[in-house]
This record gives sequence, C-alpha cells and structure tokens, in this order.
Amino acid sequence: MAARDQHGPDAPWPDPATPEKNKFQVVGRAQRKIDGLDKATGRAVYTDDIQLPGMLHAKILRSPHAHARIVKIDASKALALDGVHAVITGADLPIKYGVIPWTPDENALALDKVRFIGDEVAAVAATSEEVANKATRLIEVEYELLDAFMDPVEALATKSPQIHETPKNPERGNVSKHVELEFGDVSAALEASDVTLAQDFRFHGTTHAPIEPHCAVAQVSPDGVLTLWSATQITHYVHRALARVLEKPASQIRVIQPALGGAFGGKSDPFALEFCVALLAERTGRPVKMLWTREEVFYAHRGRHPMQMHYHTGISKDGKLQAVDAKILIDGGSYSSFGLVTTYYSGQLLTGPYDFPNYRFNSTRVFTNKPPCGPKRGHGSVQPRFAFEVQLDELAEKIGMDPIELRRKNWQGADTKTVNGQRITSNGFHECLALVETASAWQERRGKLPHGRGLGVAGSMYISGTNYPVYPNDMPQAGIFLKADRSGLVTAFSGANDIGQGSSSVVRTIVAEELGLDPLDVRVVAADTDLCPVDLGAYSSRVTFMVGNATIDAARKLRKMVVGVVAKTWEINPRRVFMGSGEVFDLENRGQKISTREAFHLAETELDTLGTTGAYNTPKLGGDYRGGTIGASPAYSFTAHVVEVTVCTETGRITADNCWIAHDCGRALNPMLVAGQMEGSAYMGLAEANLEDHDVNRFGLHAGPSLLDYRIPTAVDTPELHALIVESLDPEGPYGAKEAGEGPLHPALPAISNAVYDAVGIRLRELPFTPGKVLSLLREKAEREASSTPQEVH
Amino acid sequence: MRVLHLEINCDRITTAAPDHWTLLEVLRYELGLTGSKQGCDKGDCGACTVLVDGEPVLSCLTLGATAEGRKVTTIEGLMPAHLKSGGQGPDPVQEAFDRCGALQCGFCQPGMMLSARALLDANPTPSRDEIRHALSGNLCRCTGYTQIIQAVELAVAEAAGTEPQSPSWAPNTNPWKQNERLVRERSAGDGGGVE
Repeated sequence: MAARDQHGPDAPWPDPATPEKNKFQVVGRAQRKIDGLDKATGRAVYTDDIQLPGMLHAKILRSPHAHARIVKIDASKALALDGVHAVITGADLPIKYGVIPWTPDENALALDKVRFIGDEVAAVAATSEEVANKATRLIEVEYELLDAFMDPVEALATKSPQIHETPKNPERGNVSKHVELEFGDVSAALEASDVTLAQDFRFHGTTHAPIEPHCAVAQVSPDGVLTLWSATQITHYVHRALARVLEKPASQIRVIQPALGGAFGGKSDPFALEFCVALLAERTGRPVKMLWTREEVFYAHRGRHPMQMHYHTGISKDGKLQAVDAKILIDGGSYSSFGLVTTYYSGQLLTGPYDFPNYRFNSTRVFTNKPPCGPKRGHGSVQPRFAFEVQLDELAEKIGMDPIELRRKNWQGADTKTVNGQRITSNGFHECLALVETASAWQERRGKLPHGRGLGVAGSMYISGTNYPVYPNDMPQAGIFLKADRSGLVTAFSGANDIGQGSSSVVRTIVAEELGLDPLDVRVVAADTDLCPVDLGAYSSRVTFMVGNATIDAARKLRKMVVGVVAKTWEINPRRVFMGSGEVFDLENRGQKISTREAFHLAETELDTLGTTGAYNTPKLGGDYRGGTIGASPAYSFTAHVVEVTVCTETGRITADNCWIAHDCGRALNPMLVAGQMEGSAYMGLAEANLEDHDVNRFGLHAGPSLLDYRIPTAVDTPELHALIVESLDPEGPYGAKEAGEGPLHPALPAISNAVYDAVGIRLRELPFTPGKVLSLLREKAEREASSTPQEVH
Repeated sequence: MRVLHLEINCDRITTAAPDHWTLLEVLRYELGLTGSKQGCDKGDCGACTVLVDGEPVLSCLTLGATAEGRKVTTIEGLMPAHLKSGGQGPDPVQEAFDRCGALQCGFCQPGMMLSARALLDANPTPSRDEIRHALSGNLCRCTGYTQIIQAVELAVAEAAGTEPQSPSWAPNTNPWKQNERLVRERSAGDGGGVE
C-alpha cells in the first residue's frame, strides 16, 4: 500500500538535479479527458438516459408543511388509479440512516414527522411520470402542525418543540452539534495585542445547482440482486446505506454511477430517491426510475450552511497575528447530513496559510425547518474564510500595511504545524501571492484606480482528502485494480467517482506514465461496486491525492513484474529495463527493445494472468485532542486571488472584471484539468458573492427554486479568469500533486469584498453583495463623512 | 397522439407522440436521442438546445408538433454531418471543446456546442464578446466558461489557420502550442506508441 514514506529513496517525481533522466512522458502535459469525446458527441450515458424494458416511473409526495407530525396516511385512492403499481411510505423504510454514522437521523420517507417543506412522505411507481404525479396527489395525509423554526437564533433559544427529539436529553433542544476548542491563551493574547478588531459577518447560504438533476434507476434480478444506477458522487456510501435501510446483504447490491452531470458536494449524501426506487423495484419486479425536477433539487439542497460569525482578532503593530477568537452560529436546516464535520471544519480549517499562536473557536450548528444543508465545494470553510480574510484586510488598513504584505508576513511556511496541530508539508502560498501581485499589477494599481474601480486580495488553504474515513476502519481509503491485456491494453478498475472533475482521466494519466503507454492504451472502469475496489468517493478533494497514489502503487507493481520478466529474458539487470513510448527497452543498448504488448506476452507466459492491485491509506495524523483528526489531511493546497471590480455607485451593482487565481496544487498532473478546476471554483465563489442566494422565506418556502431565479452566472456575467498554477511538489502526493477542485473557490468571496473597499471605501461583511446593500453602505458612508464626528468603522 | 414528420440529423422520419409532448420529450423518449439533456424543463438552463433549421432553440419549450416538417440537428448529428461533408472525426467544435478541456461533467455541453455551432455558422469570426453573448443562454456550472470560450476561439482559429487569440491560457494548456500527445491515428499492426 502506498502511504507516507513508502516512496522511499525513489522520489516519484523527477529529481531536479537530473531532469534529463527523469522526464515525464504524460504527467504535466495537457491531455484530453478520457470521456471528453463521448460527452462531446452525446454518446455518454447519464442516469436519466437509461431506459430499461418495462421500466416504471416514480414520483415523491412531499410535505407542504415545514414542521408537522404525520397522523395518518391513506394511499388507497392512489393505489386504485389505473397505471399505479406501488405506493410506499415511511413505514416501509423505517430504518434511519445518515452519511455520518454517528448522526443517522434521516428516513427515506418521513416516519413520524416532517421537518421541512419538501420533506419526502410517500413514493409512487406507475407506468409514467404523469400517472405517478397524479397518484401522489391522491394520497391523503393528515398532519398535526408544529411550531416551525426558520431562524437559527430562535431555534437555539427555544428548546421545544425539538426538530429532532432526544428524549434522553431534552435539554439539547435544537442543537445539532457544538464544538469548542482553544489552542494557546486567546484572551491574554488579545489583551496584549496592539490592535484588535471584533466584527460580525454573515453568510447567506447557497446551493450547488448542478445542471443534471438527481436521478436513480433500480432493477432487481430474479435471484434478488439489486442494481442501482444513481447520479451520486459517493457510490460506496450509497451502497452501505442501501444495505442498512433495505436490510439486505451488501453483496446482493450493486451500485453504479453512470456519467454524472455535476455534483459539487450536492450528490454526496444518500438521497430518498435511491432507497425509494430500490424498494419499488423489489415490490413491483420491474425497473423503476425516479428523476427529480429542478424544484425538487433545490429542496433536496445539502448546500452551503448559512453562518453568523463573530471574529475577534489581535495583531501587533508590525503586522504579526497574535490571536483569533471565533464564534459561529451555523444554520443546519432540518437534518444532520455532514453537519458534525461542517461544525468542526468551520473552525479547524482556518489555521493556514497564516500562522497565529492563539486560536479559539466556538461553533454551534442548530436545526431549523429548512431544506437540509450539507457539503458544498469548500465544505464548512468558505464562510469562515470569507469573514477572516475581510477582517485581515481591515487589520492591514489599521496598521497601515499593504494587504498582500500582511499576508506574506504571516505566512506559516512549509513543513510546519498549525496552531491546532495539523501537519503542513508543501506550501506554495508565498508564490501564489507573488503571482497574483504581479499579474494584477497590484503595486501599480491598487488604491490608484479611479473611484468605483478596485483590487482586492485574499488567501486560503484547503485539505487534499481527510485523514479520517467517514466510518472508522483501517482499510485503504482508495484502491485500484490493473489488468494487463494481451493486446497491450491496460484496464484500470477504480472505485472513484468521476463527476466531471476528471478522476478517471487522472488514473489514465498515471497508468500511462508508469507503464510508458500511450494514454489511449489505458481504459478505466469506474464507480461500479461489483467491478471496482472500494474508493471512498468524490468528496473532500481526496481523489487525485489518494486514488493517484493507489494507481502509482498498482502500476509500479505491474511494471516490476513486466520489467523483471523482460530483464530475465534478456539476462540483464532489471534496472536497465525501461518502459516508455509503448516500448520496453534496454537503457544501455537502445537497439534491444520490444513492444509493451510483447512484453506483456512474455510476462504472462512466465507469471500467469497479469494483474495487480494498489491501495492508499493516510498516515496517522491530527491533533491529540477530541476532534483533532477532523481537518487533518495528508496535504494542504493553498490559493491566493486578486479580484478586480467595478462598482456602479448609482445602481450599487458590483461587476467583477478580472480574477487572478494562483493555486498551489503540488504538481499539475494535467494542467488543463487543473486550470478548469481553478476557473470553475473561482466562478462559483464569485457567483456566491454577487448573485446566488439560497433564500428560504419565513414560511419555509424557497424564494426561487429555479435556474432563472437562483442566479447562476452566464458566460456574460463571468469575469475573465486567469489561472496561475503553482507547483510546490508535495512529498506525499502522487508525483507531488495535491487538490485543485475546492481550494480555489475560497478567496473569491473575500477578495471581492476587499476589492469593493478599494473601489468605493465600503466594507461588505454580509453576503450576498446585493446592489441594495452596496447602496445603503454608500449612503451611510456619505452621511458619516458629512457629519463632523468621525466614527469607528465597525 | 400526433403523427410527426421530422428531418432529424439528416434522416427523414415519421413518428408519433402525444400532442402535448415537447420536442425534447420526442427526441429523448420517442427517438432515443438522449444526447439532448433536460436540466430544468422550463427554458432556464439551455442544456436541451437543438438546432431547428439551423437556429438554436430550447427543445424543452418547443412543442414537438411545431417541428413538423423541419430540420432538427441534435448533438448526435454533428459528427455524422461532418463526416458526410468530407471532414474527419468529430465536428471541429466538438473537437475543440475536447482539446480545451471544456467538457467537465459535460451535461450542459450538447446544448452549448450546438449554440456554438450556430454562432460559427452565422459568424465564422466572432469576437470574445460575441461568443459570450451567443452562449449566454446555456448555463454551465463546472467550467466558469473560460475553457468553453477558448474552445470556440480555437475552432475559429483552426478554421482560419491562425493561432487563437485567447488572452487566458493557463500555462501549458494552449492546445495550439501543446505538443499533442494523444496520437489518434495509429498505424495498423503497431502496438501504438507515443510519437
């Protein structure tokens, strides 16, 4: 198994001293994606493209109430409707589940009560969606209404009714999770700081809005094997959850993820539709499909948590951070989802790229009767990062220091430990700052642009996978099978979910590199629990790092086998045998060579059928305290943004014109994919700042559950994005690689706020940055300037 | 039910569908052409975009009946049409999207590429702003549009035989300059090597 230190003296990347000896053939070059042309020509099959003979269509009846007890459900009229084959309710799937094993609080269909408008109550399978829809309207449900909480402050203060009842501990009220950790002596350090700022920040809540809605298809074979095709980004957890809820051996369940139309964290949880189609397929003996409407996707949510944040930070006159004290109230919505992790992440992931010796956070996640929040790209750390980076800008101003200089001064450096005990290995943040500073002409332009235009900077850090799997076990986090074919083809079986980020392409790149193959001679079978070894899925930015290392492990084993047999045949030292360019040759006698295909024949003759496995598990990491492993990662990525904005002082509209994104991804295995992740992340962050709002009103209704009202930027709204790749070569990453898919989102939001200050002198501390907020702050500023008594900006 | 006579991807076909079905439903559920995607089913996202008589339309807002007798091009039709007209491989727009990494999840891209195709048919040398506007009816959630715009610019440049004028290639990602490693045409019988 590949893990820390296992590369030993043979560093998996070229030795800088002898680059000519260690040139990569595939790694580091822009490569087409393995599925690019399939997607370009319409051949790729997504879940909703699956049509099976005799397939039924299912729909869900959802709660019209935000909080109510279910008194009675009568489905007899629905069942009597022509074309209806089955109706199921909560009683049919009574076992609770949850993606985090310690907080199983979800039922596929509400068992006793509903907790938000849109909570699933019953499901119908019928000959068409139309009939299924009609049938759901014939199901009669009697509800007893309960007080509903939309405001997290109120939900926290009111112990009853509880959204999730805890009879043994009613005092818990509506608290989902509370975490309080302190490192150093924060109060004393704040007291001793030259300058302190204490301010409130607010994050509003946003959702993923992948263009593909959730969809699942189930089929049960006559001998009882359930096959589920689902638009999920974590096949393995769906597999486990199905086994638990259906009380069926996992060996009798196969989960397949077809081509997936975007996820961003929004397809990480097991969802009601997966359990419903499975049970309906069992009940009816026919394949069953359920496709959610766009409105249902908005209510399924699991998006970024709204947070109310208070930050109190102290700094010395010469710009060294002394202490950070954070208090955060997290609005979790109606279920736990990943909330336990979110609550930790809201504090644990702030401790880089800057060094501060004293840190305390106090985070509380509360339940409310709104669509459940969960993980969205940059899980749990985008909101605190926004607050902290805006506050850093203000601190820089207070002590009269350039904001980039302040960040540079507090950079923690490489090979160090954070205040909360996380191990930092490679760290290219310094270079990130330098790149955005130069590319944006920061020194020449910041503070010098005409009124209404400005530049803002922000930085961030993010994990490359988590050290701790979601359920405790010591098995590998990532596994790979390789099969070498007599044709010269190598097929990799990868449990990782390619959700568009290109994980299967990364596997192909690595296999091709290690075995000296043309990438076209590598195919990847992915995310099928019957065929592929377990991988924990596409979340936590873990895939390139962990699956990459597992692939290197498997490919090197295969190379060793092939090289060994060839060396034996040629009667030379195996060190002289090299695989490259589709050939195997003798490094000291280049004329002696055979094709890889022939080498596979030799090896198969000698060793039998050719295949290897590879795996990766994380080293033991993390702080020595409760929760210390949450936020521990084998490597951290770093990002800096400079955003250029134009603020219209008449309309209050903010336009982002340019965004320079410098991201330390360790090594760019495929710079084209890395750039795509960086640009996509930055775009999403900019959109969360200026446009998007997952707005649930006081009745629990989403204010605009459509792709028109939930304002995703179009090509016209998106600024010029400039991806600047920094390669710090991580000692444990595959060829030095780290993550690139989530980190580059973080700085976009605070960088805009900081740029708006440079442009018009107002501080935006509440998201989203609507024209109304901008205008009212501009008005306040004008009034303040008009009045003779100068006031503290607070 | 209504009998429909359509010319889909150069084939004249006769099919039947309920009166109220949209063109998207006819394509996906009657004809099995699932390359056109449904992202919102109400005309917001553009994933269902197809060409009707060369014009991009939202097939989820177009009644199947209104396509009677008209020429419909879906994403499945681009490559065969390109081959038929003497070209090689996929349509240059599809090829450019792939080479630029514009296809992440790929779900919006059938619509996006058809909008791009319609743009280039009408205006073979669009500016970056014209490209942005022509694609503004197609939402993409993955790319931030940069590689999509680069792809259209690459297709434009290749048609003209000049280097694309994109201001925003990330280092080592300009496919014009990049030494293309994926050798697509391979000599018969050879095990297949990289160059």
